[in-house]
Amino acid sequence: MIDSASLLAVLPELILTAGGLILMLVAAFGGDGTARLVNTLSVLTLIVAAVALSCSLAHGPDAFDGLVRADAFSVYAKALIYAAAAAAILLAPRFFSTDSALRPEYPILILFAAIGMGMMVSAGDMLTLYVGLEMNSLASYVLASFMRQDGRSSEAGLKYFVLGSLASGILLYGISLLYGFTGSTAFDGIAVALGDGVGKGELFGLVFVLAGLAFKISAVPFHMWTPDVYEGAPTPVTTFFASAPKVAAMGLTVRVAIEALGPAGLDWQQIVIFVALASILFGAVAAIGQTNIKRLMAYSSINNVGFALIGLAAGTPAGVAATMSYMAIYVVMTIGAFACILQMRDADGQPVETIASLAGLSQSRKGLAAAFAIFMFSMAGIPPLFGFWAKFLVFDAAVASGLTALAAFGIAASVIGAFYYLKIIKTIYFDEPTGAYEAKGGAVENVILTACAVVIVLGYLLNPVLDQASAAAAASLF
Amino acid sequence: MDGFPILSLMMAVPMAGAIACLFVGANSARWIALIATLVDFVLGMALWANFDQSGSGAQWQFQEYAPIFGKFAWALGIDGIALMLIALTVFMMPICIGASWNAINKRVGEYMAAFLFMEVLMIGVFTAQDLYLFYIMFEAGLIPMYLIIGIWGGADRIYASYKFFLYTLLGSVLMLIAMMWMVHEAGTTEIPVLMAYNFDPHVQTWLFLAFFASFAVKMPMWPVHTWLPDAHVQAPTAGSVILAGVLLKMGGYGFIRFSLPMFPEASASLAPLVWGLSMVAVVYTSLVALVQSDMKKLIAYSSVAHMAIVTVGLFAFNQAGIEGAMMVMLGHGLVAGALFLCVGVIYDRLHTREIARYGGLSINMPRYAVLFLFFTMASVGLPGTSNFVGEFLALMGIYQASTWVALVCTTGIILGAAYMLYLYRRICYGEQVNADAAAMPDLSGREIWLLAPIAAVVLWMGVYPESFLKPMRPDIRALEARLAPAAPEGDSKIKMGAPKPAGEAHHEEVSAPSHSASGEAH
Repeated sequence: MIDSASLLAVLPELILTAGGLILMLVAAFGGDGTARLVNTLSVLTLIVAAVALSCSLAHGPDAFDGLVRADAFSVYAKALIYAAAAAAILLAPRFFSTDSALRPEYPILILFAAIGMGMMVSAGDMLTLYVGLEMNSLASYVLASFMRQDGRSSEAGLKYFVLGSLASGILLYGISLLYGFTGSTAFDGIAVALGDGVGKGELFGLVFVLAGLAFKISAVPFHMWTPDVYEGAPTPVTTFFASAPKVAAMGLTVRVAIEALGPAGLDWQQIVIFVALASILFGAVAAIGQTNIKRLMAYSSINNVGFALIGLAAGTPAGVAATMSYMAIYVVMTIGAFACILQMRDADGQPVETIASLAGLSQSRKGLAAAFAIFMFSMAGIPPLFGFWAKFLVFDAAVASGLTALAAFGIAASVIGAFYYLKIIKTIYFDEPTGAYEAKGGAVENVILTACAVVIVLGYLLNPVLDQASAAAAASLF
Repeated sequence: MDGFPILSLMMAVPMAGAIACLFVGANSARWIALIATLVDFVLGMALWANFDQSGSGAQWQFQEYAPIFGKFAWALGIDGIALMLIALTVFMMPICIGASWNAINKRVGEYMAAFLFMEVLMIGVFTAQDLYLFYIMFEAGLIPMYLIIGIWGGADRIYASYKFFLYTLLGSVLMLIAMMWMVHEAGTTEIPVLMAYNFDPHVQTWLFLAFFASFAVKMPMWPVHTWLPDAHVQAPTAGSVILAGVLLKMGGYGFIRFSLPMFPEASASLAPLVWGLSMVAVVYTSLVALVQSDMKKLIAYSSVAHMAIVTVGLFAFNQAGIEGAMMVMLGHGLVAGALFLCVGVIYDRLHTREIARYGGLSINMPRYAVLFLFFTMASVGLPGTSNFVGEFLALMGIYQASTWVALVCTTGIILGAAYMLYLYRRICYGEQVNADAAAMPDLSGREIWLLAPIAAVVLWMGVYPESFLKPMRPDIRALEARLAPAAPEGDSKIKMGAPKPAGEAHHEEVSAPSHSASGEAH
């Protein structure tokens, strides 16, 4: 028996589902010629779904007897996810059109992934969680191998699929253990059962669940797939992977850790601290030797996830708010950085990916070089750019909850990370130009790039809004 | 000037100039930069003129407060100490622009923008009244300086720029963690409130060390000074000027604004550490300077030695010492900046920093030789120049706290005379062994206009330091009072002389300095 009011809570997902199915029909009957139309309509669908988020917020926290949450947290995460997905769609046509690989399936797959991600962040039950996760993953596997003629792309898709399935298996095993020992799949039920002490079986379940989730956020030691997939997937798809699913998986991890596993906080806190520090260190050190910019961004994303997890390790409302703010700022930086990477084309307009090819960019493309430098400095966490504020918030939360040593160690490790971001800036600004660069960027890329750069430079003015939204999102979990 | 946001305006002018420079051609960028820095200089002088120096008014003046950033605020305000450092900044900036007028001819717009942005951040550091705002300004300076060294620097610029960036970044990040802890403890980000907050003495030690890591690198103190010679040698002339002139002063400002008033107990208990490092720095870096064959490196090492005098002055915990430290900072800012300009003048002609490639310049460049000699003497601390006042006060201050430290640090003055005069002899006196050096033309009008104002101010500071000490005195007195309960007892046991009859006016001068000294002794 479905109560019709609950449908309001999932209105954004309904809109995306309907939109996705209709557009698929359009694509099926119209062929590849409809690609641009479908692209535009997909973005519109995402916008409408984003507007519909207000309905789910108005509906209130629980829907479908607690299977789905429609709280401030899910709305916050979904707004980010939709924005990132829309950017990934907008950035695609120019990239694919050089290989005449522009197909209408691309935006539709992203729409389906967005539905899955929406379910992930608004799950109130382990099974909703799993269904959402798989829906997102299936769409992602296909997206990774979207360039069917390209060996690297297919390889990326296959690797992602094999390792992703393994992770899903681990996660599912953890869920079954938790269900077996607590007698419930609902987050509330699990929390109640854990409230009277954490047994061995429950602990095992917790570890497996966290391991599965760590794979999805690509945290060390479950990060191995990330560099290969990021490098092999078409660049717009990498843009997507680095932004929206990261937010969704991080949101999911936070919700599970706080809502379901909250009473076992001390048990998962040590795991999260280890994973966070390992990700920061490994992401920083392994990135130093990279020569491919997409591979470097993969390690950078591992590094960033580590920082975001520090907020979760604090385990306080302020910490969760910091993690969510971190993800918001991270998404802006990542999309901006990838909009730059998408413009890396040689004189013939063919995409190039080596860092060395950026040499002397500041002399041929001043604006692009400046934007690139802004994003890199921001990722390195140098004030006055907004990336500093993201790091500031998570460390502040850690210090506030007494994890001063963790904060000190994490921030010292961020200096290692600064080194490879500086390397890119050095290549752009200090080195002499080697090869010719395409003279002009695409209009859409430039607009997205400029918008992201402006946010990164003037972001502090958004602080009151961002703080309030993140705090409201975090408060809804406690 | 009540309510008029002059401090924000002083930051807005160079910011606007920086943005404009990015979009115009080389020549327009030069003029925009020059005009923006001159406007800022005028604003800075207006600031000084309107600053209430009587000491009876509020300690913090020209305050602005706008809570627009959520967790922290756009809070500005200055006291006398900040005022002097701002004056130094706005004075040096037009000179830096002028020094780069012909020397820089690639990517001029970006160069000028970087310098103007640097000016915004330097003024921001000295005016910030919010802990986090200070950190942002302090740290953001890395970006333009990294680019200035890396793009327009010498042959080994990339290594130097990395070293500069990572060294200072690693120093600063721990300070940020300490700041967060302090804000959670005290419940405010306002610097004036924190300056009066009494932290638990046990925690103070940790907080002090975290701040020390940052300021000691910035200062730079031995043994974390190694980035400075590299950065100085590779940076373009104006970059060295601003680095020596103003950026190093951020470390000293940090000590005077944060470490001392916020952690007085820890400062007192760790003072021997600071003294020890400073003593090593004075002697060791002076000796290192003596054997340098690269002019810029020599002056860079001399900067480390001078900054060590600043730290001993600050950690003397008395008015004379702190006033002396401030005067050394101001004096060194001018003199080291001028010396780098002097190096730049001949570097522009011969494109080498090797001392041995020059010689006998006083024959073909008499005007240059005069000015260079003047700044050499000022650097040595000749009475009548700015550095004498500062070094004398600082050493007098430390004498009250520790006679041994005073003894060792005073040798720095002798060693300073040794390496500076030796440098001068090799460059300006002797035979003209190198034909190309002998053919160099004397100073151009532009170069005279860069050096002459600095010479005038150095002389003014040496002859009538009261103009510069007066605005700072109430703040330094307040700092001394804050430090008094924790200040370590000195080993010099200065005794106040017998009270003089009021009528004997000619004894006034004698008793004046001993009065401030006696404050410490009991």
